[in-house]
Amino acid sequence: MSTISVNGKELEVDEEGYLTNLNDWVPEVATYMAKDEGTELSESHWEVINFLREYYEEYQIAPAVRVLTKAIGKKLGKDKGNSKYLYELFPYGPGKQACKYAGLPKPTGCV
Amino acid sequence: MSDVKKFCYLNRKAPYGTVYAWESLEVVLIGAAFDQDCSLVFADDGVYQLMKGSDTTGLGIKNFSPTYSALGDYDIKKIYVEKESLEERGLSLDDLQHLVWEDEDEDYAEKDSIMVVTKDELAQILEEQDVVLSF
Amino acid sequence: MSMLHTVNKSAYERGTLESCVSKAAKGSSVLLIEDGVYSAVKGGTKAGVIEKAMGDVSFYVLGPDIKARGLDEGKLIDGIKVVDYSGFVELTVNNDKVASWL
Repeated sequence: MSTISVNGKELEVDEEGYLTNLNDWVPEVATYMAKDEGTELSESHWEVINFLREYYEEYQIAPAVRVLTKAIGKKLGKDKGNSKYLYELFPYGPGKQACKYAGLPKPTGCV
Repeated sequence: MSDVKKFCYLNRKAPYGTVYAWESLEVVLIGAAFDQDCSLVFADDGVYQLMKGSDTTGLGIKNFSPTYSALGDYDIKKIYVEKESLEERGLSLDDLQHLVWEDEDEDYAEKDSIMVVTKDELAQILEEQDVVLSF
Repeated sequence: MSMLHTVNKSAYERGTLESCVSKAAKGSSVLLIEDGVYSAVKGGTKAGVIEKAMGDVSFYVLGPDIKARGLDEGKLIDGIKVVDYSGFVELTVNNDKVASWL
């Protein structure tokens, strides 16, 4: 079992670095994971991360990238609702990477 | 164009007591990525999957009832519920969640996804499918 | 002596409840759990199984199981008692034997 150390607490993560317990999430988890992958989180990153958390809260799933893209476009504007914008923010894949930072499981069907 | 097939997910089991309902939902969400013509059918004990007001806190298990509301985002627009199955169980459409999909062509107007159909209509719907996946 | 029967399958999917009720002695208790709670909804075609036996047998449903399935007490056949987990334990203790119907 691996753990990450955030705010002086040891939090359990799986073999791919996703949080094991959803409830362990605090914003510093995202900051920590991003830093670990060499990314400094901007306002734009946070918009997506917060969106994902709200989506999970409401539907109990992490959305597929296609669904995320469409929903972001609706909520934050067409200029952000496209894969180019989202892949620039999250080069490892908006589904995989942003969900990890948001403390969510990997999107259903994502390999 | 003939690549698009009519896929139907036939759900006949109650949720939570067994794993079928959740498994089906996951397959539907994954399958939605393939841009096929998908529909969902809920018949027999499967109608219980769409009940509103579920609270699984007391059981300490994940509540996936809210996930059915996300089906519209995944372009699932046809959800058929068998009328006879509802009635036999003392239920009506009012007992089920209100599921919608948004029509982008009409300024995201919300449209009902659930259609209550008789078993004869259902027989016709199944007849038209290329693939029926049973859960 | 007194017996507690638990039933965890829906009467609309299997004949478990009917089988159980037909073999439950007068004065025994039947507790519906898991998918068994669906059989307790009033107005359903299987409601009669419980209604007919109610004079002889006491019926209970497990509260957390009805909540998870979006049912509330108002939807249940009158006279069925809702119990929580400690009520389940109490029923188990107050009866000499327990039979689980699957």
